[in-house]
Amino acid sequence: MNLEQIITSPSPWLKPGGPHGDIVLSTRVRLARNAAGRPFLARMDPDQQQEFEQFLKEAVGKATHPDALMWFDLQDLSEIDRQCLLERHLVSREHAAAEGPRGVAVSPDQHVAIMTNEEDHLRLQVYAAGLQLENTWTEADGLDDRIEAHVTYAFSPKLGYLTACPTNVGTGMRASVMLHLPALVLTRQIEKVFNAVARMRLAVRGIYGEGTQAVGDIYQISNQASLGRSEQDILDNLAAVIPQIIDYEQQARHVLVGESPAALDDRLYRSWALLNHARIISSEETLTLLSAVRLGVHLGRIDGVEIGAVNELFLMTRRGHIQRIRGAELGESERDQARADYIRQRLASNG
Amino acid sequence: MLCERCKKQQATVHLTEIIHNEKRERHLCEDCAREEGVALKAQINLHDVLSGMLEAHEAAGEEAGLTCPDCGMTYGEFRSQGRLGCPHDYEMFAEPLHEVLEKVHGGTEHLGKMPKRAGADQREQRELMQLRRDLQDAVQREAYEEAARLRDLIQEKESGG
Repeated sequence: MNLEQIITSPSPWLKPGGPHGDIVLSTRVRLARNAAGRPFLARMDPDQQQEFEQFLKEAVGKATHPDALMWFDLQDLSEIDRQCLLERHLVSREHAAAEGPRGVAVSPDQHVAIMTNEEDHLRLQVYAAGLQLENTWTEADGLDDRIEAHVTYAFSPKLGYLTACPTNVGTGMRASVMLHLPALVLTRQIEKVFNAVARMRLAVRGIYGEGTQAVGDIYQISNQASLGRSEQDILDNLAAVIPQIIDYEQQARHVLVGESPAALDDRLYRSWALLNHARIISSEETLTLLSAVRLGVHLGRIDGVEIGAVNELFLMTRRGHIQRIRGAELGESERDQARADYIRQRLASNG
Repeated sequence: MLCERCKKQQATVHLTEIIHNEKRERHLCEDCAREEGVALKAQINLHDVLSGMLEAHEAAGEEAGLTCPDCGMTYGEFRSQGRLGCPHDYEMFAEPLHEVLEKVHGGTEHLGKMPKRAGADQREQRELMQLRRDLQDAVQREAYEEAARLRDLIQEKESGG
């Protein structure tokens, strides 16, 4: 298994068939951990960081089965490859762009990713398709236990797991759920969701995390507070809020179908037609159109395409992936052409 | 990631600009973004919230000068960068941080998971950091016998928990 295989195989968070898969793309649990008796990254020089990277690699290696993880040294990867890992949510934006010795360990099916020497020494991430908060946490918890047997964590009984940024201290946990909410956007109800969510100490972000705009009507909802509540509390809070949002989106979908099916179909099929026939298409436009097609397929109004293929296009048409598929560095306008070509081929082969 | 304009502060504003049909990504800190007239709406994120709070938290001059003996980080530096230098900073800056934690998290006491192994206590953790600094120092002085002894000691402490 190498990077090539990773980048050409489906991401677990885009596999259809997860619980509430028509609305919930994926669930993620991330744990931030730091080793005791060492400075955080900002205060490490490159030599220390190099030595420490080796230490972490060995410790995580001891904690896991030899075949369980593949290691990538981010310093060895091209910018396109780092971009691909970012688009797959295997590394953070900061980790992709940083400098110095740092890496990521990825399970062959890509549902586990461990970043080393990120903002925190270790960032453990576990993904699952659809809404699976408990399972995802249980797995992350177990992985954390196994690694902890080989790394003494920086921990204080009062403040919990100590992290480089005080916004993560305590549990060090960020549980997030990625939702596709096109009907709430179309019916202009999405602001209400934001307001409700903010009152629950939850944060809303776009598909690629902090500071990113929501494109393709995809939103990540995650806990904001990591201190002062247990992991179970944080999960329970999300488990109480997310089904309400799912329900709200479902109602909005019914309204769209019930009120003006012709207008809805027109919108869905125009998106479908553009994806099938465009010769030049931007990444943003692609996501907007894919969002409408995904809605159409789930409502049973567009057939002739598998939902898996639609989900996959959300990822494979991103900037890094389209260049990786072409095997070349492409400028903006070349990318837009390559993207349109790829989408047409993919949809044609899906019948 | 550092701000690409001032190269000093953390970039918290990530923008996509289209100029002459070419798309360009920009990563700026909040200050540079503001200077360039970038509207910050819809760009709110946790770190912005944090730095907003840190600014709002009018620390007295003496607090800004608080310095961690282990990593050399001052509270003032933390306020401008938003990242701490080492675990001990949480103790050193406990007082000014308390209010920040309260606002960010709505709580100041850990109620979650505990490491299964007792883990090194704070004193031992600091000792380890000191040993590691001594080791670096010994290597620089080319005092290899001392370095070897320190390395063994560190390994023993680290694996012993």
